[in-house]
Amino acid sequence: MSFSRILDEHRFEDVVARVRGATERDVRRALGRVRSGLALDDLAALLSPAAEAHLEEMAEMSRRLTIERFGRTLSLYAPLYLSNACANVCTYCGFSAHNKIRRKILNPVEIEAEAGVLSGHGFEHVLLVTGEVGHVGVPYLREAIRQLRRRFASISIEVQPMGRDDYAELVGEGLSAVLVYQETYDAAAYKRTHLSGPKADMRHRLDTPDALGQARVKKVGLGALYGLSDWRADSWFVGLHLRHLETTYWRTRYSISFARLRPHEGDEIAVTPFGERQLVHAACAFRLFSPEVELSLSTRESARFRNHAFRLGFTHMSAGSKTNPGGYTSAPESLEQFAIDDDRSPAEVAEFLRGQGYEPVWKDWDATFDGFGLVAPRELEGGKV
Amino acid sequence: MNTTCTPIEIGGVKLRSRLFLGTGKFSSGSVMAESLKASGAELVTVALRRVRVGWPDDDLMAWIDRKVHRLLPNTSGVRDAREAVLAAELAREALETNWVKLEIHPDPKYLMPDPVETLVATRELVKRGFVVLPYVHADPVLCKQLEEAGAAAVMPLGAPIGSNRGLESRAFLEIIIAQSKIPVVVDAGLGVPSHAAAALEMGADAVLVNTAIAAAEDPVRMAAAFRAGVDAGRLAFEAGVAPRSLRGEASASSPLTAFLATV
Repeated sequence: MSFSRILDEHRFEDVVARVRGATERDVRRALGRVRSGLALDDLAALLSPAAEAHLEEMAEMSRRLTIERFGRTLSLYAPLYLSNACANVCTYCGFSAHNKIRRKILNPVEIEAEAGVLSGHGFEHVLLVTGEVGHVGVPYLREAIRQLRRRFASISIEVQPMGRDDYAELVGEGLSAVLVYQETYDAAAYKRTHLSGPKADMRHRLDTPDALGQARVKKVGLGALYGLSDWRADSWFVGLHLRHLETTYWRTRYSISFARLRPHEGDEIAVTPFGERQLVHAACAFRLFSPEVELSLSTRESARFRNHAFRLGFTHMSAGSKTNPGGYTSAPESLEQFAIDDDRSPAEVAEFLRGQGYEPVWKDWDATFDGFGLVAPRELEGGKV
Repeated sequence: MNTTCTPIEIGGVKLRSRLFLGTGKFSSGSVMAESLKASGAELVTVALRRVRVGWPDDDLMAWIDRKVHRLLPNTSGVRDAREAVLAAELAREALETNWVKLEIHPDPKYLMPDPVETLVATRELVKRGFVVLPYVHADPVLCKQLEEAGAAAVMPLGAPIGSNRGLESRAFLEIIIAQSKIPVVVDAGLGVPSHAAAALEMGADAVLVNTAIAAAEDPVRMAAAFRAGVDAGRLAFEAGVAPRSLRGEASASSPLTAFLATV
């Protein structure tokens, strides 16, 4: 069963009420079960207002579980924006089709230049990002992945949802991971903020991670865009989504990202409050719910916040990010998707982590695992092994 | 009095230390290097996925003195036999060793080893001239099959990897140790030095430890503690553990021999 059908069984308002109604006792029971594994009811309790009084305890547990699983390490990655052309009208996004910004789609020469800057900083994990238009489709991405495959240890994409066969084709080209954030699981809020374009089809987006699992993509990223609706309920739905995927597509690794609305070019919309305290709360709840899930901390957040929060459950950080195509080489600021708050260089972030007793990890994958090693293997016998 | 343990021999190489160390999860290269030193370990595993060719300053490898430590590259990250063979070939070229710790887990959540793919890959890697140490469940039949396939040692798990739970698979490890003709290295799940000591006492040839040391508050001192635990366990095994008393287990409700008095 795909996730959109599972979602049909849960009304968003009911989940809002359930999470808000969790009691002190529910929270204590959930915290007592962390070692033996939490159920979705426990996640609801940990996201509740009643859990706020336990945030320090949750943070300590989250820190411990993360060290046990991932060690005192933080993996670093960088986004590489290939295009800001987009057919969608989304009220919160700087790339929205109605916004009068200069559109740019990088060509191979420009991609090479951007990639060279990122390699020079030491990045081995790169995330390719595009808007959603027809001519930045599978063939364009295939060429970009082919071009970059030998330069980086892993290549992830954050682009429009595609079909299972498209993903399978890109996996064959060496694609390592796909991030597809639902933004919100609240159908009313989704409709309110996605006015037109392919992204307005909420169910298609909901079922995209299933397509990724079926295509055997090795890592899938989930997440809500906080600010669009109730953060507690949206976080619970991310947990529901994660549990469905983990049990169905058990060969795949999962990550969760935390985006919250930031100043951008475009319409002003009503933002549901989601501050730094809530971000930490959600991240710790996810860590206690899944000791194995990767949690990513973005450069959308301030240096001060990241310097304190990184040890509370996060495993991945972007650094020195530019969110406009060509940003690493020419940097015309007007094209960016959202504003960056932590503008330290990758080297500065790495140095800070070292100073805190954490190892910045630049490489934790190898192109070999995607079939693109540096060594040309001898013909594998019989094609079987 | 001889208080020195006999060395372990794997793939024709003698190793004095029966403590193997993983190099992941440390807070820095220098803490890792100090921990290696304190542990006395000779054989150390390195995840191929963490090795950066061409970045000498950043590379994990820069912290490992290869005159002291023999490298055991692991294939962590691969999901089937085919990927494992590719990874082993890359490791052989990049790290110049034909030793490989074969780790195949298609399940990235619990990191459970795939027994079928591991057996297939072991056969292929042995054929290609590798010294293969496969990481497996504590499955006695599989361990014999790996032995027949030419594995240099078997590495059954004590408990789920990273769990620090100790020898939860003890009953199966006892069978594996009893019937193995190649070294048995208990890998994964050992949380404290007493777990390592217990494994060596029961006859395991060595243990591999990573999380328990790297995630400790003071990894260097914990490495020294594991060294002592491993030495104690092995020495006890070589000394010959005295038979466990049966007293207390004999508890028949009426005397079994009372009838003899009436004969």
